[in-house]
This record gives sequence, structure tokens and C-alpha cells, in this order.
Amino acid sequence: MGLSREDVEKVALLGRLRLSPQEIDTMTAQLGAVVEYVQQLSELNTDDVEPMAHAVELTNIFRPDDLQPSLDRKAALANAPHQDGEYYLVPAVLGE
Amino acid sequence: MLRIKTASIIWCRPCLGNERKGLGVRDEGLGDEERRQMSLLHQTATQLLAQLESGNVSAVEVTQAYLDQIGRREREVKAFLRVDAEGALRQAADVDRRRGAKQPVGRLGGLPVAVKDLLCSKGELTTCASRMLETFRPPYDATVVARLRGADAVLIGRTNLDEFAMGGSTENSAFQQTHNPWDLERTPGGSSGGAAACVAADMAPLSIGTDTGGSIRQPAGLCGVTGMKPTYGRVSRFGLVAFASSLDQIGPLARTAEDAALLLEVIAGHDPRDSTSIPSPVPPYTQTVGQPLEGLRLGLVREHFGPGLDSEVESAVREAIRVYESLGAKVEEVSLPHAKYGIATYYVIAPCEASSNLARYDGVHYGYRTDEASMEAEIDSERQQLIAAGKHAAAEAVDNPLVRLYRRSRAEGFGAEVKRRIMLGTYALSAGYYDAYYLKALKVRRLIRQDFDEAFRRVDLIAGPVTASPAFKLGEKSNDPLAMYLVDLYTVSANLAGIGGIVFPCGFSSTGLPIGLQLQGPLLAEDRLLRAAHMFQQATDWHERRPGNRGQGSGARGQGTKTV
Repeated sequence: MGLSREDVEKVALLGRLRLSPQEIDTMTAQLGAVVEYVQQLSELNTDDVEPMAHAVELTNIFRPDDLQPSLDRKAALANAPHQDGEYYLVPAVLGE
Repeated sequence: MLRIKTASIIWCRPCLGNERKGLGVRDEGLGDEERRQMSLLHQTATQLLAQLESGNVSAVEVTQAYLDQIGRREREVKAFLRVDAEGALRQAADVDRRRGAKQPVGRLGGLPVAVKDLLCSKGELTTCASRMLETFRPPYDATVVARLRGADAVLIGRTNLDEFAMGGSTENSAFQQTHNPWDLERTPGGSSGGAAACVAADMAPLSIGTDTGGSIRQPAGLCGVTGMKPTYGRVSRFGLVAFASSLDQIGPLARTAEDAALLLEVIAGHDPRDSTSIPSPVPPYTQTVGQPLEGLRLGLVREHFGPGLDSEVESAVREAIRVYESLGAKVEEVSLPHAKYGIATYYVIAPCEASSNLARYDGVHYGYRTDEASMEAEIDSERQQLIAAGKHAAAEAVDNPLVRLYRRSRAEGFGAEVKRRIMLGTYALSAGYYDAYYLKALKVRRLIRQDFDEAFRRVDLIAGPVTASPAFKLGEKSNDPLAMYLVDLYTVSANLAGIGGIVFPCGFSSTGLPIGLQLQGPLLAEDRLLRAAHMFQQATDWHERRPGNRGQGSGARGQGTKTV
């Protein structure tokens, strides 16, 4: 099962990437090859297998609910490309 | 261009039972000062530390020797993204001052350590070899960096990598290409290519790498150094920039297993800030590493020796197994029947986790942001063209400014491989495909783990190749992502299963390229892996070989070597 250009365009939007028409062509072929390769997993019957989400399965990691110092605002904003000392700034979202 | 001539390669047979001396060095025609520096560069970290502690040498002297070597070799190898000469000398002087005043000095007191540019370092650039983070200065230290500082390591510089650790050749760095010190036309491997190359070229005695699918072990193999991926959770990931959180693990690169034990002992341990870190005490690796393993049961994986394995790699690996047999190990064949699904499983799970982790790079909170004025103009012009063409629905569907800001920032900030993995992961997690890809891969992951559990009921460690062939040429696989992914055949399973693995040199190809042996062990068997690697290094001297320095011949002489 291959990928179409439309699939790739849709995924690029979901992944918040903007691809040039040329990148979409390349990506369609390259992702198609990888997706075809991973199809081999479907050979295996895994009906009774529990999925394994983590390599070392630790559960219920608790800690005391104590207040700890965290980053102050200045440090948290320091790497932002656009900020006013209080907030991160973004383009208008809700229209004019 | 540095080339190693076949005729000048020094071959050796395993020299069982030989006394080990300091690593050999050619010193013809050198002045006293240079000779002293060279002898520092050719000592192991453990030997250097003993000299530092006894006052035979100062931390400033050691640091200066490494900085000078960086001056000689870095122009060709390009292992470092940044070298902090001033900071390193300052730290070294501070260690010397405290040692001189009989004040407490940390475990690594005065040893230079290079850090992969993927671990946060407070207030200092941490780029992940990505345009996205070109100017990023983290507000805190990664736990491993904090532990290194606490141990009085001299943080000498930050090493190059594939962007966000995605790749196996360091060709995906946005900033520079690292070259294999053994043959500058070849890859050092990746993603910890800079971390391995700097040790191989004697530019650092110790180095920190990370391994998500083989990113410590594969470059260690291709550069002829010792590298270890510990058990998942053995080393805290706090402050490690995330690629695939269920697979990422930090580990040591060094010249010997003894040195790797030293570095691991400092960085390992539970960290309340990483809830996946394992809450069990760290064994004293440096105290046990010298103890040979009695009655070691070594497993050879039937599936590891299939088609595609280079014949020189196979014979070096089989010879290494014979060395273990001569040391008393029993060798048994084991099977990992699902190993062949490792790559497919990995290249679903890792990109899925990556696509989720990398969602944080949005051009808003930190990192690269596209130029907003040209972005607004682009949206307007797209809309107007569509309206002029009568395509009103399409004009309505043009990205709003915030979505376009995300998309343009990410398109301009990420390189091709990172985009590919975000696309792959987003696709595999998208509606309608989640069960078929992600969930399926998680189930196969358990089968892969069960294979290891089964094998480790019969053997103590598994031995085999780390790569199917020695270092490939730069550019050879860069246009074929799938071919590049297949390089990870022997390494991804350990990450999927969470187990540890160690790689060290066990021979050289006829063209003079290092060949690595990989040992894999059950969960938390780091001490066993280190001891087994050390046993081998006591019996052989492959790890003492050095790529030629310009004007210095092409190899080091070790005990029991034979020049052909």
C-alpha cells in the first residue's frame, strides 16, 4: 500500500510542516518505501500479545506533593523569539 | 586527506596474558614538551586520574594537552560543535587549586569530558545540531551534566550529532560534517558521531553520547572506541532533549571498558526528576570491572550471521568469540526469532514518539521562528490568487497566521531527516492507522523483548556484530533513507527491549577500518558487560590502536603486535 501526494499533504498539515511541491514528491516516494517496509509486521499474529509501551515497565511512581521551586518567568521567557516580558506573543488567531 | 596505507597497518594476534603497559605512542622527532603531552594523550582516563591524584600531572596540563590535540586534529575531524578552551582551563585550574589545598575533589577531578550537544547545559548553547535550536540556551542543566560538574569533570566541548540524534552517520547535522578519524572520507557513524570521533582522535579521554537505536554503539564500532548503552532508566534523561522517550538512553564512550565504568559510575543512578529512571543503587563498576567472569556463558545469535554481513566483520567477530573461549567462556547458539522485525518495529515506534516530542518546536516558546512580515504577505498573496482564480473555498482554507507560523518555522528550522520522521510518526499515529502501525509495533516490541528474556535464561551475554560492515563513505547512503535505517539492524533491538549493550574494537578491515564487537546483557547487567569487555581488552590490544596523526605514522604499537 503506497502513499498518495494527498496523504502526504494531509499529514504535513497535521504535523505542522510546510513542504514545497518538490519535498512532497520526494517525501511521497520515501515515506512510501518505509511504509511498505514496515508492512512486514502484519505477517505476525499478535492477537494475544500485550503492547509494550515502555522498555522497563515501572508503575505508580509517587512523590510527596510538596511545593518545589520552578523556573521564574524571566527564565521561562528568555528563549522565546517574541515576548513582552509577561507573555509569549503570537500572530492574531481570531481574525482582524 | 589522510589515508591509511594497507602496508603500514599493524596487525596483532590476541596477546593472552600479556602485561598491559600504557598505550603506545610513536615519539620520534618530538620535543620534550610534545613528548610529555603525547604520553598524556595516550593514557587511559583511569591512568590519568591516578596521575592527577598523585600529583604527577596537573588538571591544567592534561586539559592543555587535549586542547592542543584538538588544535592538531579538529580541523580535519570536526567532532566538536564548540570547544570551550577558556572554560575548561578555568575548571581545571579550580580543580588543581582545591587538590593542592587538600580540599575535596570530585570523582573525575580534572579529567576532560566531551558532551554530546543534546544535553542541556545551563546558560550555554545546546543546539541538538539543529537550526531550530541554534541560539537556545537552556535555563537548567541536564542531570548528567550536573553530575559531571559535581564530579569535577572538565567540560571541554560539545560534540556534533545527527540533528536531534536522528541518523546513523552525523550527516544530518545542520552545522558540519564529522569525519571518521580512521579515514576522513568515511562516516564516524551516528548519531553520536562527534562523541565517538573525538575519543578516537584523542581529543577527549571520555565522552557522553546517547543511544536511541544504536547511536552510541554504532559510532563506537565504526570509530574503534568503547561505547555503552546502559539499561533503559539506568541513567537519568532529565534535561536530555527528547527524541523517542521510551528508547533514549545516555551512556559513556571511552577508550577502554575500565574508563567506561568510571564514567558510568558517575552518571548512573536514580533521579526523582525522571520518573522512568530505575530506583536501584548503582553498583561500584570501577571496583568490579577488573574481575574476570568465571564460566561465562556467551550466546551467539543464529540470525546475526545471515546474508548481508561483511565477511571481514564476520571473521573478526568469530575470532573475538574464540578469544572468549580461550578465556574459559562457553559459547552456545541462541535464537532471536523476531530480531528481523526490529527495524520495522523501531521505525514505527521511534518516529511516532519523535513526532509527538518534536511538537514542542512551534516557533513560540523557544527556538527558531520564521519571519512574520513575509509570512503575512505570503498568506495574503495566496488568498488573493485563489480568489482571482474563483477558488473561494480554497482561499478560505489557506492557513491562518498562527498555523502558518508553526508550519513555516518548522519547515525552515528542521532538516530533511527530522521532517521525514515527523511525517512518518504523524502518519502512523493518524486516525485509521494507529492500530495497524503503532499498536502493532508495540506488540511486536514485546515479542522482541520475550526473545531476549528467553535467550538470557540460557546465556549470560549475547555476542555479535554491531554493524554489518565497517564505516561507509560519506554521502553513500544519504539519498536513501531506508538503506540508512537498515544500518541499525544489530542495534535497535536492545533499545526496544530496554537492555544494555557495549561495543569495543575486535579487529580491523583490510583497509584499516575498525570492526566492533557488541555484547548485550539482561536488564541492569552493566557490571557484567563491563567486566566481559575488560576481560577481552586485557587479552587483546585492538583498543590501543590509534588512527594516524598527520606526520606521525598510522598506528600505535602495543604489546605483542606484529608488523606486516
